Amino acid sequence: MPDTLTRFIFGRLTLESLPLHEPIVVATFIAVALGGIALLGAITYFKLWTYLWREWFTSVDHKKIGIMYMVLGLVMLLRGFSDAIMMRLQQAIAFNGSEGYLNSHHYDQIFTAHGVIMIFFVAMPFVTGLMNFVVPLQIGARDVSFPFLNNFSFWMTVGGAVLVMASLFVGEFARTGWLAYPPLSGIGYSPDVGVDYYIWALQVAGVGTTLSGINLICTIIKMRAPGMTMMRMPVFTWTSLCTNVLIVASFPVLTAVLAMLSLDRYVGTNFFTNDFGGNPMMYVNLIWIWGHPEVYILILPLFGVFSEVTSTFSGKRLFGYTSMVYATVVITILSYLVWLHHFFTMGSGASVNSFFGITTMIISIPTGAKIFNWLFTMYRGRIRFELPMMWTVAFMLTFTVGGMTGVLLAVPPADFVLHNSLFLIAHFHNVIIGGVLFGLFAGIAYWWPKAFGFRLDPFWGKVSFWCWVVGFWFAFMPLYILGLMGVTRRMRVFDDPSLQIWFVIAAFGAVLIAAGIAAFLVQIFVSIRRREALADPTGDPWDGRTLEWSTSSPPPAYNFAFTPVIRDNDAWWDMKKAGYIRPLSGFRPIHMPSNTGTGIILAGFSVALGFAMIWYIWWLAALSFVCLIATAIGHTFNYHRDFHIPAAEVTQTEAARTTLLAAQG
Amino acid sequence: MASIATTAGTEPVFHLEEEHAHAEGSSTMLGFWLYLMSDCLIFAMLFAAYGVLGANYAAGPAPKDLFDLNLVAVNTAMLLFSSITYGFAMLTMDKGRVASTQAWLAVTGLFGLAFLSIELYEFSHMIHEGATPQRSAFLSSFFTLVGTHGLHVTFGIVWLVTLMVQVARFGLIEANRRRLMCLSMFWHFLDVVWIGVFTFVYLLGMLR
Repeated sequence: MPDTLTRFIFGRLTLESLPLHEPIVVATFIAVALGGIALLGAITYFKLWTYLWREWFTSVDHKKIGIMYMVLGLVMLLRGFSDAIMMRLQQAIAFNGSEGYLNSHHYDQIFTAHGVIMIFFVAMPFVTGLMNFVVPLQIGARDVSFPFLNNFSFWMTVGGAVLVMASLFVGEFARTGWLAYPPLSGIGYSPDVGVDYYIWALQVAGVGTTLSGINLICTIIKMRAPGMTMMRMPVFTWTSLCTNVLIVASFPVLTAVLAMLSLDRYVGTNFFTNDFGGNPMMYVNLIWIWGHPEVYILILPLFGVFSEVTSTFSGKRLFGYTSMVYATVVITILSYLVWLHHFFTMGSGASVNSFFGITTMIISIPTGAKIFNWLFTMYRGRIRFELPMMWTVAFMLTFTVGGMTGVLLAVPPADFVLHNSLFLIAHFHNVIIGGVLFGLFAGIAYWWPKAFGFRLDPFWGKVSFWCWVVGFWFAFMPLYILGLMGVTRRMRVFDDPSLQIWFVIAAFGAVLIAAGIAAFLVQIFVSIRRREALADPTGDPWDGRTLEWSTSSPPPAYNFAFTPVIRDNDAWWDMKKAGYIRPLSGFRPIHMPSNTGTGIILAGFSVALGFAMIWYIWWLAALSFVCLIATAIGHTFNYHRDFHIPAAEVTQTEAARTTLLAAQG
Repeated sequence: MASIATTAGTEPVFHLEEEHAHAEGSSTMLGFWLYLMSDCLIFAMLFAAYGVLGANYAAGPAPKDLFDLNLVAVNTAMLLFSSITYGFAMLTMDKGRVASTQAWLAVTGLFGLAFLSIELYEFSHMIHEGATPQRSAFLSSFFTLVGTHGLHVTFGIVWLVTLMVQVARFGLIEANRRRLMCLSMFWHFLDVVWIGVFTFVYLLGMLR
């Protein structure tokens, strides 16, 4: 029977799985395909494949991996934002009997994909990339503890992103909302591949995230330069440590709960079903036990960025370093005690709700302490309003509003009115855009010169800044108002014409944000064009305070020719004040890890495994699983994973920098 | 290592003259501990699921109808013995005796296989009686918790065989000792988890 054969080879993947009936998707596909062909063609034409493979894809250098994470985040930001602006447009026009331009099948996928992509494949790669690039430099290390694992983690994150992107063109994505609550996400109500794409994308990426968390904890605990005690670590390193502790202590929960959902869908177990004793509420609890720490995973590193930026651009030591550290640790702990505030309305009862309402409000205390620390750092400082500082000030204004609406939502009786309304949507965009995104832009503008040796163009940066900030307020303040009027989230069409004006204003805000993103891309393009004019040969363009500014920009592969010795917080500031003289001779060979292609190969097999499981192509699933294990075992037979950079090469690199610095005068 | 503290009158020290060597694999033990704790959390979730769903029989079989404590006792003994023999392997490894290390590792692997065989027998017996993972939420959570542990043991055995090949090929070099140490922690960790399974699932199940 050819039919059984086709079913065996392709599982449930058929020609009908391609969404040819959706003109929007087809047009997107054509655009992406043309763009992709152009990109691949250009790489081939300029013979860049070997360079990319040798210098980037297989690299175990934490700086290059960090930059690759940032590129991934940026690419996925474009995808996630396309979803956002499509929703804004739909909601702005679907009034007075108009159905808008998106059918419900498509619209539901868009709001799910938007949430999943923005959290897992934009915010997470950006945050992880920043930590990867900065942390080893800040603690005076040559690389992370497990360089190969770092490369592998990155490619697993890419693997998850590949699966999400594939769902756009092959099959469909989940229509369940970004956390895929059962029973809606069960096989009965979601028999298609959408939820399976969701599950496997997150599982593949989740492996990478967990391993990268373990890696960075070890790096911070074990690889600090001599003299850097815990309480001398830069605040960004502290917040990274807490973030990675949160990652390791929460992502396994997501892994487990998604595994149980998979078993319900694939094997027919009854964890979260309505029959045979299953309990859907358990899913909601478990996923938020991961989900709430997750929001602190996103924001804590950016609190670190703001601390570095405020202190550097105010020309002062950070106010209240110790309280900043303790506030971070307290937030880390409290983030595990608040998960139930995501579902006050789902039948927990008054006592339980009160407990979680109070713990939620308590989190605003350490966060408020941080805000005051930043303000006091600025107080009587010589503030330089460079781009990173502008983002920081915008953050403080915006985030405080988001924090206040958060406290408002933490009051259970108020939450009964506002639950699942656009007020909630406005709140979390207020803190995620106003906190995470603004922080990332501050961090990118701040560390870009370190990564590439030239600054970002300030004019286009300011254009992007004002479009983003103003666009944010236009896009989300109307949602607060609509939410207070009782409009619920995830609606596709509306009956009440009086609401339309608010959605139009919100759509206008989204257009401004689009201009902000465009200006950011232009900024990068213009900066690369003007890199000679914007060059920073000193390695310390902002008069920085922490160790990363003591080495060249971009740093050499080995980061530091000699391991620095730390005598104070703000180590580099201390060195500058104490008359530090750069060593010019006596270089030794430096021990470094070797590049390897195993990470990308393992991630490739993982994507194949995920894809096969999604489409029930069992032979491919088995084959890729066996290949995965075999490759992993094969990799362990390679005992020679390191090499020495000869002293002569170090001398040469350092001499080049000496010439460059001398040219500065 | 150069002196870090600077006393008055001497030049401040800003860097180490010697290459600051992080001994190879110096982070491995910490990293592996962290991995084990993350794995422990996965088990914690499965235990929690069993705690919530473990009494939801859906008019199907209950622990008393299914569990054979004698069989489970034998099974537990297999796993506990395997932990002891792994300990012996580590002791002989410390003395640098390759042949007896290999022998103890092999014994450990055999105990592990015995444990898995008994578990698979138990599972097939239950499924044969109609107590499938699909029958009730109790059985879903039971099979998932115990099965996940079994899967870990399976991976442990694959890992054990790999390490035996590597020890045979390259001897008890530093890297291999470190790997054996990691597997040792993994193996004992599975033992600890099993104590939890035995108590929480089997013993308490019989009391319910």
